[in-house]
Amino acid sequence: MNEEHFGFLDEYAKKEVRRATLKAVAIPGYQVPYSSREMPMGRGFGTGGLQLTLALIGRGETLKVIDQGSDDSVNAVNLRSFIEMTCPGIHTTIRTEQADLIQSRHRIPEKPLREDQLLVLQVPYPDALVVVEASEDRRKLLHGEADYSRLLVKLYEDIVKFSEITISHRYPTRINGHYVIDPSPIPRWDVPKLHHSPALILLGAGREKKIYAVPPYTQAEPLAFEDVPFRVEDFSDEQGQRRSCVRCGCNSSFLDEYVDSATGEQVYRCSDSDWCNQQLEQQQGVDQAVEVANG
Amino acid sequence: MDEVLSVRGLSKRYGQGCPACYELTGPRFETNLCPRCGSVVAAHDVSFSLYQGEILGIMGESGSGKSTAVKCLYFDEPPSAGSAEFFDQGEAYQLFDLNKAQQRRLANQRFGMVYQNPHLGLNFDISAGGNIAERLLMSNVDNYAKIRQRAISLLSRTEVLAERMDEMPRNFSGGMQQRVQIAKALATNPPLLFLDEVTTGLDLSVQAAILDLILEIQQQSRTSMIVVTHDLGVIRLLADRTLVMKYGRVIESGLTDQILEDPQHAYTQRLVASAL
Repeated sequence: MNEEHFGFLDEYAKKEVRRATLKAVAIPGYQVPYSSREMPMGRGFGTGGLQLTLALIGRGETLKVIDQGSDDSVNAVNLRSFIEMTCPGIHTTIRTEQADLIQSRHRIPEKPLREDQLLVLQVPYPDALVVVEASEDRRKLLHGEADYSRLLVKLYEDIVKFSEITISHRYPTRINGHYVIDPSPIPRWDVPKLHHSPALILLGAGREKKIYAVPPYTQAEPLAFEDVPFRVEDFSDEQGQRRSCVRCGCNSSFLDEYVDSATGEQVYRCSDSDWCNQQLEQQQGVDQAVEVANG
Repeated sequence: MDEVLSVRGLSKRYGQGCPACYELTGPRFETNLCPRCGSVVAAHDVSFSLYQGEILGIMGESGSGKSTAVKCLYFDEPPSAGSAEFFDQGEAYQLFDLNKAQQRRLANQRFGMVYQNPHLGLNFDISAGGNIAERLLMSNVDNYAKIRQRAISLLSRTEVLAERMDEMPRNFSGGMQQRVQIAKALATNPPLLFLDEVTTGLDLSVQAAILDLILEIQQQSRTSMIVVTHDLGVIRLLADRTLVMKYGRVIESGLTDQILEDPQHAYTQRLVASAL
């Protein structure tokens, strides 16, 4: 029989992923090891997230795939077409609110997620402690005892050297008061969205063979000091004005910095392309937005 | 006086062991290598009590088991036999019956250890202040300014310039590294401090300064200490009571003055005579 099995993975592999997922949800923030399968793409290209998506999606459900906020970048396009190919009967969308399942690389959508939605994040390095402890055996002990003093020393050294915490992404975050996770390379901007998120957030690391979760309405506190609190990126310009997106004018979203190739000027645009489009639609009416999206 | 630590019959054997190990080793046989099975009896039947504010010296040549005894008490190595009870804040802890997590918590928060080699006690990849911060963060202090303040006061107490607290320990001299190590050990105000050959390898004036510092800490904080050394001068200066060890056994124990002035065991006599 030459026909592809629905979801590419065989049912045993899916069962394994689901079992690991259940355990991950039951122990918030704990990295559950699982038998990550070979996928027809290199490890490190989102195979962890992909296996989660393939094991969880069903016919009739709607999927959105994003890569750093964009539905159109290479990783997102490749993963989307692979999932469409192997899961006949599913729908895809670029609209955050229409999706049942969102697989994302390094961003959480700007639009708040709902209880009936599920976010899958692709993770390159699942263990936040890997920067301070090379041995996985000892890391497990540290996790078990919730001893994150060495990570905090790292923050301390940052403040000593630079007067602030300089971690830009993969910000260590304590889940449900115990395990500290590496929330995948999402910017700091997205870290507060983990806290008491209505949607279930699953994180999958294919190369490192780990699945972990931030269940709905679970505490997620970024590590910080009592008197040096966590803060998100500051998008103020030299005058102290909040920069806005050059395309849609939104001044409340996470911005990417570009250099305008014509003028050489620095410009800022929403990182979340769907958010940007929807802002435009609201302002200019649906017709124009469609034109922009097509153009 | 309040007892802080009570050690009974502490033994440590490396190797498979046989029933004859303890009977065929020790000073009487001038070996700690079991002739039957080849196991090494590093320490056997070490018993002592330590009281609050007291400094107990453990003296002996290399390989006599003095460091092994201390390593067992600091949970660096599990003992083969024996018990140790630690009395702290109205509670008694059977040290070797605790699980690993409880042991680590105790070692991190209630014990301090200063090794001969600063590389064992300090993390050389983080600054001197960071090393102290690590101990504080383990005991759940999470205020940056408070940690900073405490590190400065500890370092100034151990006479490390506060301006150098953000430097890496590898930029420091041996004596300075030892001072940082002592500051780190003191970070949580531990009631019990282990000092393993802390002055070995330092030059004489630095040795004197470190010993002064240790005495000062003992007098100010009433910290109990176990000082392991092969240096009679250190014992004479620091220790109230002393154990003399050889081939893993305690061969003599008592008041330091008594041992140094009127040694009973032949080995101690030779040791004292050779030093004078």
